[in-house]
Amino acid sequence: MNPLAYLHQPIPLEWYLLLSATLFCLGICGFLLKRNLITVFMSIELMLNAVNLSFVTFAHQWGAVKGQIFVFFVMMVAAAEAAVGLAIIIAVFRARATLSVDRIDLMKL
Amino acid sequence: MHLILFFLFAGFCLAGAINLLLQSHPINSALSLIVVMVSLAVLYLMLGAEFLAAAQVIVYAGAIMVLFTFVVMLLNAGREDRTRGSKAARAVGFPAVVAILAMLATVVLQAQGWSGVILGSHITSTEEVSKVLFTELLLPFEVTSVLVLIAILGAVALATRGSGNPTANGERTAGK
Repeated sequence: MNPLAYLHQPIPLEWYLLLSATLFCLGICGFLLKRNLITVFMSIELMLNAVNLSFVTFAHQWGAVKGQIFVFFVMMVAAAEAAVGLAIIIAVFRARATLSVDRIDLMKL
Repeated sequence: MHLILFFLFAGFCLAGAINLLLQSHPINSALSLIVVMVSLAVLYLMLGAEFLAAAQVIVYAGAIMVLFTFVVMLLNAGREDRTRGSKAARAVGFPAVVAILAMLATVVLQAQGWSGVILGSHITSTEEVSKVLFTELLLPFEVTSVLVLIAILGAVALATRGSGNPTANGERTAGK
């Protein structure tokens, strides 16, 4: 048997789902650890991407096109969210002259 | 071949995500996030979603990340100061992250009946996607386009509001 045959084995779908879960948890860690408003926002985008990978994996499992279309809608909403969110970050920077989440604490108890 | 591709790009994904956490300068975080998104596009392609792979590169790695890097450069965001963070994040957040990861992993590993992914076995063409998108899901698609329009207007309104009306802003910069 060809020694390279194992390279052509199918990849179990669990690996994709585990990768997606790991990326999601790294996104949460970034959300909790990072102190810069822009980087916190990037962590949210990372979490959205991780969930998209799950959607595509399940769409492959069930042979469903609608799973992929849902990812398309998530991308559009993420684009709208990024535009509005970055505009809010610019407005916050104008008002407070800082991007550190520790100093933007007007609503803190 | 498939195995090598999967491990290579899954490794890129994880390395980019970890690098996003470790870098202290926002522009480095943004560049590593681009690496994550392009690697995810390759993973989508291996799962047979060719339209989504192209859209991921164009929309995410292209448009959204250009917006991010543009804002980082516009605001001249320097290195972030490392602080300890809140007590609640340390006491509740990180155990919750570990719990979520453990729960997802056990659910995924316990479930039976997953099929394997064979390279090029089940490719969803753009034609199939667009047939469903423009017949069954036409109304959500149109609603999404309205949403994007509102987002554009909102972004412009938010970004210009802090500096007063455009003429006053022009006078102020001219006065400087």
